[in-house]
Amino acid sequence: MGMTPAVSADAPRPLKRARITSMGAAKSPLLGAAMFAPAILYIVLLIGAPFMLAVFYAFSDARIGSNELHYVGFENFRSILQSPSFLKAIKNSVVFTICAQIIVLICSNILAIVLEKKFLGRGLVRFLILLPWVAPVSLGTIGWKWILDSIYSVITWVLIWAHLVKPYEAPMWLGQPYLAMASVILVHCWRLIPFSTVILLAGRTAIPKEIPEAASIDGAGFWRTLFQITLPMMRPILSVAVLFGTIFTFTDMTVVYILTAGGPFNSTQTLPSLAFATGIQGSDLAAGAAISLFLVPVLVVIAYLMLRVASRTEGA
Amino acid sequence: MAVVQTRNLTKVFKEGELGAVNNVNLETREGEFLVFLGPSGSGKTTLLRMIAGLETPTSGEILIGGKVVNDMTPRERRIAMVFQSYALYPHLTVYNNIAFPLKAQKIPKNLHKEKVEWAASLLSIGSLLQRKPRELSGGERQRVALARAIVREPSVFLLDEPLSNLDAKLRLSAREELERFHRRVGTTTIYVTHDQVEAMAMGDRIMVLNKGVVRQFATPKEVYDDPADTFVATFLGSPPMNLVENGDLIVGFRPEHFRLADEIKEPKVTFKFKVENVEYLGAEFILSGLIMGGQLDGKKVVARLLLGHTYEIGVTYDFAVPERHLKFFDRATEKKTEARALAWA
Amino acid sequence: MSNLFVQKFGPRATKIFFLIFFVVLLAFPFYWMFIASFKPNADLYNVENNPFIFNMKPTLDHIRLLFTETRYVRWLGNTALVGALVVVITLLLSIPAAYALARLTGRWGERIGIGIFLTYLVPPTLLFIPLSRVIAILGLQDTIWSLVLVYPSVTIPFSIWLLMGFFKSIPRELEDAAMVDGLTRFGAFVKLVIPISLSGILTVVIFTFTLVTQEFVYALTFISPESNQMVGVGIPIFLVRGDVYFWGSLMAACLIASLPIAFLYNLFLDRFIAGFTVGAVKG
Repeated sequence: MGMTPAVSADAPRPLKRARITSMGAAKSPLLGAAMFAPAILYIVLLIGAPFMLAVFYAFSDARIGSNELHYVGFENFRSILQSPSFLKAIKNSVVFTICAQIIVLICSNILAIVLEKKFLGRGLVRFLILLPWVAPVSLGTIGWKWILDSIYSVITWVLIWAHLVKPYEAPMWLGQPYLAMASVILVHCWRLIPFSTVILLAGRTAIPKEIPEAASIDGAGFWRTLFQITLPMMRPILSVAVLFGTIFTFTDMTVVYILTAGGPFNSTQTLPSLAFATGIQGSDLAAGAAISLFLVPVLVVIAYLMLRVASRTEGA
Repeated sequence: MAVVQTRNLTKVFKEGELGAVNNVNLETREGEFLVFLGPSGSGKTTLLRMIAGLETPTSGEILIGGKVVNDMTPRERRIAMVFQSYALYPHLTVYNNIAFPLKAQKIPKNLHKEKVEWAASLLSIGSLLQRKPRELSGGERQRVALARAIVREPSVFLLDEPLSNLDAKLRLSAREELERFHRRVGTTTIYVTHDQVEAMAMGDRIMVLNKGVVRQFATPKEVYDDPADTFVATFLGSPPMNLVENGDLIVGFRPEHFRLADEIKEPKVTFKFKVENVEYLGAEFILSGLIMGGQLDGKKVVARLLLGHTYEIGVTYDFAVPERHLKFFDRATEKKTEARALAWA
Repeated sequence: MSNLFVQKFGPRATKIFFLIFFVVLLAFPFYWMFIASFKPNADLYNVENNPFIFNMKPTLDHIRLLFTETRYVRWLGNTALVGALVVVITLLLSIPAAYALARLTGRWGERIGIGIFLTYLVPPTLLFIPLSRVIAILGLQDTIWSLVLVYPSVTIPFSIWLLMGFFKSIPRELEDAAMVDGLTRFGAFVKLVIPISLSGILTVVIFTFTLVTQEFVYALTFISPESNQMVGVGIPIFLVRGDVYFWGSLMAACLIASLPIAFLYNLFLDRFIAGFTVGAVKG
């Protein structure tokens, strides 16, 4: 993107950039290894090893407070796959994540378009808009817990004031299953929209301004330019935003834990929050580990997609 | 094909300051290749963009084909524009790049193929239709940009320095291609450049701009041989015209008219010329040095000479300029003024 | 013929509408925290009152309660301490690693770099169960040291990624020139590269610190006693006495903890984005 640099000779551009190696750069592999060994060690010990351990526990009968450890085969998996709360948790994880991504995608695109051009106060607006993302997850969620409180909810107050709802028939935002699910999705969206917007803004500003101008001269209106030119050009950026957003939603337990604690009646339980409830609160480390392992397939897919996005743009 | 006119066109970006474009009046002729020439910041691109509809004028009118288009969107003006970077849609194939304007104008789909192929053949890029822009060379991209512009059969072409991103060798062939293209298609074209060679080579008429003001609007011959002010005089021609002061006038003469006195048989003005630097360019010499003696003693001037003699650094020669090649400018206004007899001692 | 004026006015009004809509949606909860922090309980818990304004005089009671009768200050202290230590550890480990990967190890470097990035995708909610056991075995259970140990595993991958991009943009010629002048490669690294990269390093500092303050799962899992807890976990868990939420103090606590972090984050936003989008946005 950006200006085309001067091209010498009328020959087709090579598709891969030639690798430039510094002349005389003493390749000291020993020094290099020494420099990144500590970091690699850390990662292996604190991410790789626990991961292996998680797999190990999933096939065992580990419990908090017990030193016993036996191999139990697929027993844990069998029992959780039969448990309705687990199936609900998987469903919730998927539904929450997909719904949130769709809403966030639409909203952040709108917001990115709105914020693109400079205007008075844009810096302040940017600060305000970023608050949900930069404030610690738990604290923002508590704020929402107060906003969605059964009795004191400000939303309820406004609805009553507008005569849309009678005073004693106030909806229990966090107490009724579908409303609770919607609330969880809402808080996730609230957190992700700023993040996604900022990423999309970066993507939009990377498009040279002559492209939409050319489109306008070619006769394209707002919608055609958006859907046929701008968004396709932003595909890598959109992918990054969606993939990261998916991870943040799918692997999050904080919002659920604080907002609803999985309730009412496990209707808002997700994989991570169920893993916590089972493994730590319920002391059944093995079952908890087994539940959390179900995150892995999704993460693998996302990792694969991210690598694809990165490699596609490398070769561009 | 249409005529483009502007009346008192002005664009001011910052209040209180001089506008980027000030009171420009122009009228193209049908089918002409008109060049906006000027250094960066002269307003030539802003002027072009206002005609395209990408900038709104602060005051003044723009007319295309006799109709005032100030309130029309670029799409409605039926113009085509080629940007400096070509602005090809990187995610679309060449075919789809060219077809895009047709889609946008809602031209029936069954006509697309025929029109795209026509435009492609006009620019000899038929074999490139399935490629993506990043796989093309600079010259090929220019052709695709032109094909995309011509496919809608616009009434006016606007080109914004399309050659400046190409390197020197390529620029020459690309320029020829543009000239050939214009001859074949004949659409009224406005071309913006800072390169005076391009302007002279390609333009039917040149509008020379500086600081948002039109300095001269005439044919290449006229701006070269009869510049309207010192800016035009020094902007066109390389090396630039020599300018010396004489009383309340500025007198100019081009380096190619400054040569050995003996070789000039017509009425002339002579100077003692001490050569300080000799550049041998293969086909010609560029000599720079100082005038010795008289009221212009120590003044730096440049001469441009064909081969035939040798010149040595440090030697003073008798050089002269034919009187008919002297240009006169008023010292205060810097504008062209009448010829006068002068004393040079 | 459509009118240019109409074309420009409609979209403008729409833009303003969406702008206001989103600013309200996103920033409102913080305004809400602010109001709740200063509203006396009688006003706060009165359903009849207009919640958007102060119906009674604002009070500092909630704040006073927060600072004197809870462990809030202690949590802030814990968080700051853990944050500082984790920043140091992260810098010590990721700066050399990022440099090595950016400079010294050709083909392999790219692969390892990608591998490191992938570890960023392994979430705490997957590792917290086995890690809780490891922490217990190490005897770090219930102490802030458990977090000091574990947090770098979260901050290092992204920091390496951020710094790698940064180091790559420094021309090798600079270091070659320094080495010709007599420095060893390591000397060039310390004396030349690090000073130039100060703003990138600062970004990592801020990023690491905000990550520490944001973290929830590990802190919740590893630490039980109130006095050792971090602010992100202390507030939701311990500012609740039984079933009663002290909303006024709760909101004040949230606000006070969130705003400084927000300021810091905003200053370095562009670099974070660059870190996330490296490779996806060219140019």
